[in-house]
Amino acid sequence: MTVKRLDINQPKSFEFSNEDLTLINDTIQNYPENRKQSAVVPSLYIAQKRAGGWLPEQAILKVAEMLDMPKIRVLEIASFYSMFNLTPTGHHFIQVCGTTPCWLRGSDQIKKACNDLVGKEGEVSEDSVSWLEVECLGACVNAPAVQINEDYYEDLNYESMTALIKKIKGKKDIKVGSQVGRVSSEPKKMEKNNA
Amino acid sequence: MTKIVIDGENFEVEDGLSVIQACEESGVEIPRFCYHERLSVAGNCRMCLVDVEDARGMSPKPVASCAIPVSEGLIIHTKTERVKNAREGIMEFLLINHPLDCPICDQGGECDLQDQSVAYGHGASRYEQDKRSVENKDMGPFIKTEMTRCIHCTRCVRFSTEVTGINEIGAIGRGRDMEITTYLNKAVTSELSGNVIDLCPVGALTSKPYAFSARPWELKQIESIDVMDAVGSNIRIDTKGNKVMRVLPRINEDVNEEWISDKTRFFWDGLSLQRIDKPYLKENGKFKKVSWEKAISVLSEKLKDSKPNEIASISGDLSSIESIYSLKKLMNSLGSQNTECRQDGSRISGSRERWLFNSKFSGIDDSDGCLLIGTNPRFEAALINSRILRKSKESNYSIGLLGKENELNYGYDFLGDDPNTIKDIINGSHPFCSKLESMKKPIMIVGQGALVGNHGEDFLNLSIKLANKYNFLSSDWNGFNVLHSAAARPGAMEIGFLPGPEGKNLDQIIEGCNSGSISTLFLLGADEVCLSDKSDCFVIYQGHHGDNGAHQADLILPSPSFNEQNGLYMNTEGRVQESVRATFPLGEALEDWKIISMIAEKMKLDFKINNFDELREEIFTLFPDLLEIDNCIEGGNPKELMAEEIKEHIFYNSVENFWLTNSIARSSKILCDRNEFSSNGVFKI
Repeated sequence: MTVKRLDINQPKSFEFSNEDLTLINDTIQNYPENRKQSAVVPSLYIAQKRAGGWLPEQAILKVAEMLDMPKIRVLEIASFYSMFNLTPTGHHFIQVCGTTPCWLRGSDQIKKACNDLVGKEGEVSEDSVSWLEVECLGACVNAPAVQINEDYYEDLNYESMTALIKKIKGKKDIKVGSQVGRVSSEPKKMEKNNA
Repeated sequence: MTKIVIDGENFEVEDGLSVIQACEESGVEIPRFCYHERLSVAGNCRMCLVDVEDARGMSPKPVASCAIPVSEGLIIHTKTERVKNAREGIMEFLLINHPLDCPICDQGGECDLQDQSVAYGHGASRYEQDKRSVENKDMGPFIKTEMTRCIHCTRCVRFSTEVTGINEIGAIGRGRDMEITTYLNKAVTSELSGNVIDLCPVGALTSKPYAFSARPWELKQIESIDVMDAVGSNIRIDTKGNKVMRVLPRINEDVNEEWISDKTRFFWDGLSLQRIDKPYLKENGKFKKVSWEKAISVLSEKLKDSKPNEIASISGDLSSIESIYSLKKLMNSLGSQNTECRQDGSRISGSRERWLFNSKFSGIDDSDGCLLIGTNPRFEAALINSRILRKSKESNYSIGLLGKENELNYGYDFLGDDPNTIKDIINGSHPFCSKLESMKKPIMIVGQGALVGNHGEDFLNLSIKLANKYNFLSSDWNGFNVLHSAAARPGAMEIGFLPGPEGKNLDQIIEGCNSGSISTLFLLGADEVCLSDKSDCFVIYQGHHGDNGAHQADLILPSPSFNEQNGLYMNTEGRVQESVRATFPLGEALEDWKIISMIAEKMKLDFKINNFDELREEIFTLFPDLLEIDNCIEGGNPKELMAEEIKEHIFYNSVENFWLTNSIARSSKILCDRNEFSSNGVFKI
């Protein structure tokens, strides 16, 4: 991992929608009057959603202006947190957990599946899918797990991950959650004696 | 006071100090990188780890001494095996990614990391993996970056936020990928940015103009005074041979604290460019080199031929008190009353409390509000501005600006740029008055830009009236301040280099040169005077740079610049300080007093200056207040005088261009380059 930098291709403008503005203003209201920069992380997250999964420079400037912050302070935050992307992501953005529990349960295979079907990490494929290895998703019980846009897909292996990606690319519905049929994080094999 | 024990010895220190400060006061050295007395505590380098022991026993692990306060009975261990190991470990981590390029690093010899790794480091490296490298950043024409050397102490980031007030430098990324940068590699714009070079404990930020030119141990260091503005910053001039290599700040809590402005730091290359080395005489529109004998005889002929009231003299912004005093002696002896030191046309006059920074710079820290009148402190006195900025961060500290609207680096209430508004403030009808009334110890700073023109003095009187109306003046508080922008001005005012009772002031002198009623004009380093159409007036320029003054002259006499002769300067708060010779005069240049004494001798005038010491003695006898070197001359509270109606009075910007305010700065290539940068940090094309 190297330091994140702003993407070379930048859109000329960025605008929040009215709902976004209401949301940001509500967030600002949570803090004392002269502390509105406390709302910077939620604001950036809203901006990232509005811009399609990543933060263009214009969005950073907009947030800086709205919160009366020096632009370098906003850039510091955007580059510090790994959940802010400074380069474009695909329409389907796969975040592969690579932290120890998932890694022990075979996240390397998941990454291989992504590499084989989507392409290199961080690059957006022609059909607008991209993937990135991220820190712990907090779904260790159902490891290995990935997050695609807003949803989690768990208990994966190479085959089920390949199937998932193919379905995404074929614009078919995919099942959210565990891919081996268990409900949330209940034990994988319910032992009859204890049932 | 708090009783503490450091390494088995008992000490008593002030309450509220941090452990690192307490150790420093008690003479126990603690290594540090990120901690700096004048910046907020970051506690991220971990170099200052110590063991502390209190009633609960020994601390479970070493603690950062910069981040914990002393408490009664605290036992501090700085030399235990655990502390030694911790420091060695920290040092080893810092050196993991630090390149071993000391032989080609400008910081070498004055590097905190180098020094501390000798004292506290591990003997050998155990690191065999790849080192990290970081792209260099472009921070403008002053700061050279070598970011691989950065140890992420964040001193520069905190300085940029807390002292300059312009949040320009930041740290992007995190962990081992953290990088210090400006926003998208833009040049830093602050007037104080050069101080990050001194702050940087390693060679990541070094001086670009000074790069690879000298090693610190080759330099001779002379402690002197800065003349780029009227703050009188204490500086150290580093020379090699007869050349000034760089200028660094000295610590003086009352004046410049630990900083200097970029103009002070980088004017030095101007000292060897555009210099006047020989006397020149204009013949048929062309300058010709002449001997001193010839120059002096031409000059004395001219002075002899002129009637006393046809002779005028203007002193410049960089001249010392001694130089101006010797010129004053010459003019007195010739009977001329047309002497003028207010080159910008301001009309300050009278006793010194009417034109000094009475509250002193330290008074800004005690004040609870500030009214700026006709001034842009950011350009006129960048270090005073930084003190106001520090106060402006306190809640309930309000700042009002009556004058030209300027981009200051703190928020202020703009009261308009109509001088007549001051009457509304005096009679209480202005909305800002309610704020002024609530202030117990406010300060007022009147700039020279408010005092230019025929009604300048009336405006000064109105300002004093305003000061009396509110709490600016009381028995134990004097918040009436006039800010000067020229280093020589307060000194020249003190020794009274002003028009005599029948003398002409600046506008009248210039008018006289153009109309012919002034036949000889003597400019002592006066470069800001513009004689548009001087007709037959014979202009003598005595100075050191081929700048505006020399271009208009008929006779040029070379004299040394401020760093080449000793001299006294009085800063805007009335502090008399001595500037010390650092290098020798160039070419045939002679000291100012020597030239004047040669003229006096040639003309057989009734005075004689035998040597510099006698001259200074004479000044001290006549103006005994100046004897208080390094202390402030006190003025008392200014008295209210009647003011006439101010008609057609307008505010000016006393300093339009921060970078090019005097002949040395205009000759400096570094400052001219910096001037090319527009405010947003890109080159103007």
